[in-house]
Amino acid sequence: MTDPTRRRALRGAAGLAVTAGAFTAVSPSRASAADHHHGAPTPAPSPAPFDFDEVYRGRRIQGRPSGGGHHHGAGYAVFVDGVELHVMRNADGTWISVVSHYDPVPNPRAAARAAVEELQGAPLVPFN
Amino acid sequence: MTVRKNQANLTADEKRRLVAALIELKRTGRYDSFVTTHNAFILGDTDTGERVGHRSPSFLPWHRRFLLEFERALQSVDASVALPYWDWSADRTTRAALWGPDFLGGTGRSVDGRVTDGPFAASTGNWPISVRVDTRTYLRRSLGVSGRQLPTPAEVESVLAMSTYDMAPWNSASDGFRNHLEGWRGVNLHNRVHVWVGGQMATGVSPNDPVFWLHHAYVDKLWAEWQRRHPASGYLPLAGTPDVVDRGETMKPWNDSTPADLLDHTRHYTFDTA
Repeated sequence: MTDPTRRRALRGAAGLAVTAGAFTAVSPSRASAADHHHGAPTPAPSPAPFDFDEVYRGRRIQGRPSGGGHHHGAGYAVFVDGVELHVMRNADGTWISVVSHYDPVPNPRAAARAAVEELQGAPLVPFN
Repeated sequence: MTVRKNQANLTADEKRRLVAALIELKRTGRYDSFVTTHNAFILGDTDTGERVGHRSPSFLPWHRRFLLEFERALQSVDASVALPYWDWSADRTTRAALWGPDFLGGTGRSVDGRVTDGPFAASTGNWPISVRVDTRTYLRRSLGVSGRQLPTPAEVESVLAMSTYDMAPWNSASDGFRNHLEGWRGVNLHNRVHVWVGGQMATGVSPNDPVFWLHHAYVDKLWAEWQRRHPASGYLPLAGTPDVVDRGETMKPWNDSTPADLLDHTRHYTFDTA
């Protein structure tokens, strides 16, 4: 479950920009290399969410900026056991994924966790 | 003329014919082409980019056309078949006849969500899930397990009362009838029903569950009801809107009809009740 304080902090875009570094520090991540992909031509509507890399219910979930335009503007990639999960950011900053498409959650990690719950152990099929 | 009936009022013979036509479309591969098309638009429609099938004003005419195509496919198998609708504000429990073994079958078992009764249960061999986002090839549902309730008649009423069809920014953040019916904002009608059903219905490949068509046939009926209540309101936007289908612009993937062409459902079908 997302810590309520963190969730509150994530709600404000301004808060996001300030706290993104802190999240990287508290949740160890190998995303520093991925951060260098930030030359993306598409400007993000708001700052990129924090990276994550954890094991949730026995599945490895990871999230990081993708930098490319092939993720339909999300600019952010989420993986479950190394297979990319298609995610999308809504205009209000909430997120959905292709396995939980009609039920927005606050951030990409919550989308990854919702996907793990929905999958009940099943592997994802790559979407392209 | 096609008459779309409330699923609760179908005769045993009407249910049998609809189920048989669905299974025949599945057998020939035509059914799965509809699943593929829907998922392509789910993945492609974004709030900040081009958006046609979802999270945009054309959500309603796009699905009207999509259902028309599907209904015509069914009728090519059995000309007597029409798409029924599921009024989920009335038939709102797992005990509804909709989920009976003679029609769509019930919820999934708890261990893996697998539907184990009805004509679409994997054990029949008639309903393989081929267009999928994970490796599971069986139809799944978890009716009501999300903890949320289906929308109430009062909630439907509150959305039908909204007199403006849609509003800038013409996406999931919009105020107005379309987005409240779609459910990204407010009491949440259409989206919540997908979540309530669970299984494939909660995913981008939601047409894998035949209830998709009955759900959207009712969403479509609510659009018709809204039009009757607000005769002075019409589809918006009218023109010149980037990434959004204006009233007179053609819609992908058909590229031959516009929202304006689809406003009057009576050219194609009527409903059993006004």
